[in-house]
Amino acid sequence: MKSLKKPLNKTPRKRSRGSGTYIAQSYRTHGIILRTYKLAEADRIIVVLTADHGQIRAVAKGVRRTTSKFGSTLEPFMHTRLQLVPRRGMDVIAQTETIHSYGMMLTNDYDTFGAASAMVETAEQLTRDDDGADGATQYRLLHGAIAALARRAAAPMMLLTSYLLRALTVAGWAPRFSECSRCGIEGTHNWLSEPMGGVVCDDCAPPQTTYVPDGVVLLLQALLVGEWPTVDQAQFADTRQATSFVAEYLQYHLEKNLQSLSVMDQG
Amino acid sequence: MYDGAVQSLIDELGRLPGIGPKSAQRIAFHILEASESDMIALADAITDVKTKIRLCEICFNVSEHKVCAICRDEHRDTGLMCVVEESQDVIAIERTRTYNGRYHVLGGAINPIGGIGPDQLRVRELLTRLQDESISEVILATNPNLEGEATATYLTRMLSPVGITLSRLASGLPVGGDLEYADEVTLGRAFEGRRKLGETL
Ligand SMILES: [Zn+2]
Ligand SMILES: [Zn+2]
Repeated sequence: MKSLKKPLNKTPRKRSRGSGTYIAQSYRTHGIILRTYKLAEADRIIVVLTADHGQIRAVAKGVRRTTSKFGSTLEPFMHTRLQLVPRRGMDVIAQTETIHSYGMMLTNDYDTFGAASAMVETAEQLTRDDDGADGATQYRLLHGAIAALARRAAAPMMLLTSYLLRALTVAGWAPRFSECSRCGIEGTHNWLSEPMGGVVCDDCAPPQTTYVPDGVVLLLQALLVGEWPTVDQAQFADTRQATSFVAEYLQYHLEKNLQSLSVMDQG
Repeated sequence: MYDGAVQSLIDELGRLPGIGPKSAQRIAFHILEASESDMIALADAITDVKTKIRLCEICFNVSEHKVCAICRDEHRDTGLMCVVEESQDVIAIERTRTYNGRYHVLGGAINPIGGIGPDQLRVRELLTRLQDESISEVILATNPNLEGEATATYLTRMLSPVGITLSRLASGLPVGGDLEYADEVTLGRAFEGRRKLGETL
């Protein structure tokens, strides 16, 4: 577009300030709100996974007042267009506009809300120190998963588990369920190992490895590639085993527990 | 840097919410110049809230006694209970003068990423009260933002089988804000226009 007033400033926060007369240039982006922190007065810090600037943290002034112009645009899970003003320390949010109002679609079902919470918590962890292209891929994955939750495309736990497998893949921890994770021999293997990163064959399985039925392996394969007809037909016991494996696998790589998962376990 | 006592006053003030280093210094010098009796009164007020104030053992509102003034008041409707996140919300609702029942202060809202779930809030205490007291209606007055809505969704799922009338503040409150920042008129109207929650949720 030629009529664009200002060229999009890709990394405004890193521009040198030089002489004191430099006037900060605002920039625009859009993204999914991951979480918020209360600040003094009625302010909040907003953490956003953006489509083109990776994960950013910015201050929203007066957002907790019921008369705030921001309204619900900066609530978690919302897809929002943002205009930001770079400041030393932290950027300030100047204007917002809702693109997709996912937030409130996710709060009227508690399991859906829990799954969405675990998604944004994972996305926050995986994109924390990332400035590269992975951020854009993680953004697209998260947006797709949140949208699927909002339209109740499948069971919340299945949507979450499928999202976690793909987000881990983008982060470089692709699990393998169609061949042995260690020697690569193809076939349905039933030994499941977090440290090995998926299924392992009879020869490669270390002692203490868990043995799971075919149904669990097939379900994990389907979740990884998003083959929903197979997922929809899975047995309840298999979904539980697949879900708990993926949660363990995620926490093994993050090297920490996901708060959302333990809160949702409270029922 | 200033002399020991002045600097430590600046440091302590600077740890309060919304007070930066410059404000801390300004307030510290105001305290130095102000009359001694005024400042001793301020210090006493701080000491009093920290030593005398505790939580009401029925509703968990802040109180100077074991049971707060609202729970002790026999003129209030004991069949009505309003569930709020924090004690500040009780003050905001009392200011509207539209509500005459009792309260239950949860101590926050469900926030899975922050590690806050039902077990970290006073949900078990709420269920106990509903079994012991003769309550006919519970008004869910959690904040009109995402965490508050999710908390209301959770409580609705928990309380629906109990067979008590559940209602939620009318959505006249702009979505995204905190109750404690709502003006009296809006909040009062939200109370009067509260809607009953179905059991399908
Ligand atoms: Zn092998
Ligand atoms: Zn009380």
